[in-house]
Amino acid sequence: MKNYFFALCIAMLLFNRAGASEAGMPQLNPEFWASQIFWLIVIFFSLYLIIWKIFLPKITFSIENRKSRIVNDLNEAQKLKESAEKKLKEYKQIVEDAKKEAKKIIEESNKNLALDLEKNKKKINDEIEKEIQNAELEIKNLNKNSISKINKIAEEVSGEIVKQIIGSEVNKSNVSAIVETVAKKEMEKNL
Amino acid sequence: MSLNPMHQFEVYRLGPEINLGSINLSFTNASLFMTISASVILFFLFIGTKKKSLIPSKIQLVSEMSYSFVAKMINDTAGSSAKPFFPFIFTLFMFVLFCNMVGMLPYSFTVTSHIIVTFVLASIVFVGVTIIGFIKHGLKYLELFVPKGVPVILLPLIVIIEIISYLSRPVSLSVRLFANMMAGHTMLKVFGGFVISLGLLGGWLPLGFSVALTGLEILVAFLQAYVFAILTCIYLNDALNLHH
Repeated sequence: MKNYFFALCIAMLLFNRAGASEAGMPQLNPEFWASQIFWLIVIFFSLYLIIWKIFLPKITFSIENRKSRIVNDLNEAQKLKESAEKKLKEYKQIVEDAKKEAKKIIEESNKNLALDLEKNKKKINDEIEKEIQNAELEIKNLNKNSISKINKIAEEVSGEIVKQIIGSEVNKSNVSAIVETVAKKEMEKNL
Repeated sequence: MSLNPMHQFEVYRLGPEINLGSINLSFTNASLFMTISASVILFFLFIGTKKKSLIPSKIQLVSEMSYSFVAKMINDTAGSSAKPFFPFIFTLFMFVLFCNMVGMLPYSFTVTSHIIVTFVLASIVFVGVTIIGFIKHGLKYLELFVPKGVPVILLPLIVIIEIISYLSRPVSLSVRLFANMMAGHTMLKVFGGFVISLGLLGGWLPLGFSVALTGLEILVAFLQAYVFAILTCIYLNDALNLHH
């Protein structure tokens, strides 16, 4: 397509040749070739020197700077991440330990409590047992004593009564023997 | 403005005549536009490298992108051994690119549309590459003309062909750029002329073509600068690495 248009232009040029004041391609006119070569070399090489010595080092510096900065930042981020992970691990360990400890403490205190309870219970039971025994003993004693006391009182009372009735002293041993047999009889009847 | 589409390539003297002996070295419009292109490059690089901030500004980003673009091109085609020639190839690429682009502005002059300019650039590359080849490999550099694995009977013919193709490198390199630039600008001018001659009624079609062609020419301007630089890299690769 482009070549076709180019050919068209050239053809038009050839047809218009008579009318144009300057014929053909100005590029092939050697009048200013030396000037163009000279200025091209001067300008191109000064541009080359300026770019080479001034601008490229700046761009290189800037790019390298950014690259190293990025690498540094990434390294630092990695380091921070690692340390954070380590911290997290430590933290988890601490929590785990604390949990274990708490469990242990709870268990121990439960055990102690149970032991204490058992001990106290036993002690209290023993005490109660003892109290009961004491009480029983007392009751028994009381029973026994009261019977003999009753007998004695009965003897004295019956001795007094008999004395008043008959007006003279009665043999004490007789009275007590009678009271005893009566009391025994009565007791057998009541108990 | 003449209607002749070739008029835009006319070179004329600006300012006083400078003569060195019998050679005319006057400052011309071509020299002016070379200076303008070079100044635009320097200005662009100056702005782009002024701040050197960590997060680049737009112009800084563009200058760094052009840097990495050329660096990648050299690395891909010529390998890491071509690194010392990076400044030269970068300058070459930027110079051709900006000459082409400045030439796209209306009423400007396209430096690279002159065969003598492109031929001098190509010759610098050609001579430079040849010197580098001989410095690096000595006379062994001539092995470039003797491909491996070719039957002995064919060798004389092959060697002649290789030499001719080697010597025609600057010609093909320069003519490619020059012809593309000249053809594009001539076409733009021709269609511009059609717009005028066909008037208000028929001028719209060539105007549309002109717009489309301008886009195409901007693409070509970039592409030809890229081709020029990448061919330089390929020649440099031949000289540095000498494998055929």
